[in-house]
Amino acid sequence: MNALIIARKELRSFFNSSIAYVIMAAFLFFTGLLFIDSLSGPFREASLREFFSGYGAGGLTGNAVTGAFVLLLLGPVLTMRLLAEESKLGTLELLLTSPVRDFEVIAGKFIAALSVIAILLALTLYYPLMLYLFGDPEFGPVFAGYLGLLLLGGLFVSVGLFASSLSSNQIVSAVVSLVILLMFWFINEAADFFHGRPETILEFVSPRSHFNDFARGVIDTESLIYFLGLTSMFLFLTVRSLETRRWR
Amino acid sequence: MIEVENVSKFFGDFIAIEDVSFEAQRGEILGFLGPNGAGKTTTMRIITGFTPPSEGTVRVAGHDVLQESLDARRHIGYLPETVPLYTDMAVREYLGFMGSLRQLDGPYLKTRTDFVIERLALEDYANTLIGRLSKGYRQRVGLAQAILHEPTVLILDEPTIGIDPLQVVETRELIRNLGSEHTIILSTHILPEVSMMCERVVVINEGHIVAVDKPENLSTRLRGSEQVRIEVRGPARDVGTRFRNVDGVRRLEREKVDTNVFRYTLECEPGSDLKEPLAKMVIEQGWGLLGLESATMSLEDIFLELTTREEIPEGASQP
Repeated sequence: MNALIIARKELRSFFNSSIAYVIMAAFLFFTGLLFIDSLSGPFREASLREFFSGYGAGGLTGNAVTGAFVLLLLGPVLTMRLLAEESKLGTLELLLTSPVRDFEVIAGKFIAALSVIAILLALTLYYPLMLYLFGDPEFGPVFAGYLGLLLLGGLFVSVGLFASSLSSNQIVSAVVSLVILLMFWFINEAADFFHGRPETILEFVSPRSHFNDFARGVIDTESLIYFLGLTSMFLFLTVRSLETRRWR
Repeated sequence: MIEVENVSKFFGDFIAIEDVSFEAQRGEILGFLGPNGAGKTTTMRIITGFTPPSEGTVRVAGHDVLQESLDARRHIGYLPETVPLYTDMAVREYLGFMGSLRQLDGPYLKTRTDFVIERLALEDYANTLIGRLSKGYRQRVGLAQAILHEPTVLILDEPTIGIDPLQVVETRELIRNLGSEHTIILSTHILPEVSMMCERVVVINEGHIVAVDKPENLSTRLRGSEQVRIEVRGPARDVGTRFRNVDGVRRLEREKVDTNVFRYTLECEPGSDLKEPLAKMVIEQGWGLLGLESATMSLEDIFLELTTREEIPEGASQP
């Protein structure tokens, strides 16, 4: 399976370079702070909801900075080199003239980046473990929250991959994906200015409102479809964008 | 093996190549000669299927590079001009990756990897990171990946550019040897390379094919004249006039070598040997004869002819 061959190569180069470790350290540091913050203080419940989505008591960071948001900031760093570097090194030319289909290349890189996200999330599993040791959290929201983070990670990675296909400059691709992601992320804030249909649409477009369902322990089919659909759309756009490289 | 038929490529209004046709037979080393920007790389990219042509068709080993792209790609080994390599991978690891991308696996992949490492004398560097290798060794790794899957066709874009002279000699030797196993298309803007390595040469300029022939035929066909170089000590103006008046001299160029010593390059009618009458004249006039040689046009001159001339020389159009 060609996609897996590419995925394995990408994973190896993630862990051969320092980038995977830097991202892991940053992610663990910030989510660790959030986790401590969500539990310190009187009358805190044994829950990861604040870590996931910030809903609940305001705490140190309010509602803006959450585990999901840290993931959003780190996603572009993870994906920025995936295609930009290939195009800068010129290796894209060899890859695209190998007997491999364009979508297999993209799928391989997506799988690799998503695996890093999964490893990142697995490293935080000691938060719920501690909750189980010292309290009695509900299993549902914890499971749904992690599933939501993984879906969210997939979306971030697909946007990042798309941005990485646009330029041969890693910084440009990181900034582009950050801008797209932030726009999507905060677009539901604009919903307050509207009533009726526009409000519903803006709410629906933002991954934040969908993710909050998961953080509350609700696995909604609509949100599932939202994440899978949007991720596929960006992967499709990436394949298309790669195809246009051939014409330039 | 490789059939290129009426291929054109436009980038917007820019015409990269126009109506290019040629073919390469099995086991042939075909040189693709042209100055920078002539459309060599574009043509190579079209053959490898990296860039689709705007018009025309390309078949590699019988497979259309657009319609049956994957089948065609399986038959191609490609070394782009920039020698793209993953600098963070070791040589053996890189070859393993490229091999598995071409559906080699298990013991066969291992055998082939060992074989190309030996063939390109990379044994000592098999576990070195590519980023640490010198340019010449990177070139070898690039060639190694190109022949790894035993492709029927090898496309080499400027394979000797940017490596040191000793390695250039080795690389040429290697490519010549590879010619017995593969059909090779090799692009270059270095002229001697073509006569050294290629059985046939396609000359391209500004996106058009100017000539297709054997290197030696190319030189006889374009040898419209022969040259005599003569170095004389004597009054420049006088010598010049007298030389010009010799029967069969078409044109004369003069360059100063020393005080009162000049080197004259005389372009003569084909088939005439003017060395003797010229020598005689110099002696009779009492000038000093310091050197005399006849020169046929080198491929370099032909190349200049081909690509600086505005109109395509008669009889030099494609077959």
